Amino acid sequence: MTAENTIANVYNALEQVMDPEIPVLNVLDLGMITDVAVHDNTVQIKMIPTFAACPAVSFIQQQIREIVGRETSLPVEVSIDKDVHWHSNRLSDTAKEKLRNFGIAAPQIHEGELHAEIMLNTPCPHCSSKNTYLRSPFGSTLCRAIHYCKDCGMVFEQFKPVQ
Amino acid sequence: MIKNAIAALIIQMADDELILGHRNSEWTGLGPIMEEDIAFSSMAQDKIGHAWALYRILQEQLNGEDPDQFAFMRAEKDFKCCHLVEMPIGTYDFSLMRHFLFDHAEAIRYDCLQQSSFEPLQQLSKKLKGELKYHTLHADAWILQLCKAGGESYERMQAALEQCFPLAAGIFEPSADEQALIDAGIYPGERELHERWLNSIYPVLVKASLNMPDPAGVKPQYGGRSGKHTPHLQALLQEMGEVFRLDPSARW
Repeated sequence: MTAENTIANVYNALEQVMDPEIPVLNVLDLGMITDVAVHDNTVQIKMIPTFAACPAVSFIQQQIREIVGRETSLPVEVSIDKDVHWHSNRLSDTAKEKLRNFGIAAPQIHEGELHAEIMLNTPCPHCSSKNTYLRSPFGSTLCRAIHYCKDCGMVFEQFKPVQ
Repeated sequence: MIKNAIAALIIQMADDELILGHRNSEWTGLGPIMEEDIAFSSMAQDKIGHAWALYRILQEQLNGEDPDQFAFMRAEKDFKCCHLVEMPIGTYDFSLMRHFLFDHAEAIRYDCLQQSSFEPLQQLSKKLKGELKYHTLHADAWILQLCKAGGESYERMQAALEQCFPLAAGIFEPSADEQALIDAGIYPGERELHERWLNSIYPVLVKASLNMPDPAGVKPQYGGRSGKHTPHLQALLQEMGEVFRLDPSARW
């Protein structure tokens, strides 16, 4: 198999590695993969955690090793890329669409510095109203905030923007 | 030499995060409203994660121990946290004010570390700064809301500020190695951080109509950085490490 083929296979396999906390998103959707290479018949993958304290990181690394290893029949090394830090603009458009369909509002696009105002009037994933307010910047997982929609009366979660 | 000074700085920062993270977690199940229960629990998770990341730098770059062993097996005198983080959670107004004062100090510190000449700290600070935005956002919103409520609510926030202020000044306890760290461009030093911290909390206190004690008239509560602690720390360490010490070699 050529190296290009192997790398294409690795990407296909990575699409099957889901975030245990948001099972509709895979690690590519989340922008967690920073590099894929094949050296000496070993797949080397660099990844970055979304939050420093994310408890799912080692589980995700293990999943990557298992699934990519199974799909390519090669040994897989997964390491943390310290040169890149994760921010919420790394979420792909597909990821945001999947999030909304899952009932979680997507993070707003930010330009470098994040201001508190960006969290206001987050569109409700249920009725799309912007007549909403931030109830708490902390939710059921580190990456979520809690909002309230004044139009449909629903409490909803948002994948929060992070600079 | 400089490596020892960097390690000492990281231990202080990490111990503050670990101990306050543990304190915050004591609100789990007890928060005055559900959102605050969740917020303090989330911030606990963040802080303990930050402590772990710092202990990890010690291990990988400065010949330190395994982070779990280091966090749970040290003697009380080997902890270098400040007294502010050791205090019991008390009432919600105390915990909220502590969170406000500490997290602004923490945000300032990581902001400055983005220019650090020590690369691992510089890289980590970039990551943590974005997360800390939510901590200060949370603290500011509640301080303002409770102060604007007036009456007992306002009076309790003012009393909590007066109680916490000398303790919070203790975050910036000077150390013997500080000048070496400043000269090496590791960080700007505690005095500078203290100044920047005052500039960061002052506008929020003004908006909340709280009277900040005159920093010149406040006696900072020092001692933590040299391993002298309040009686509260030993009890906390006892509880925090209880399960770990049952079998320190267990794999989790």
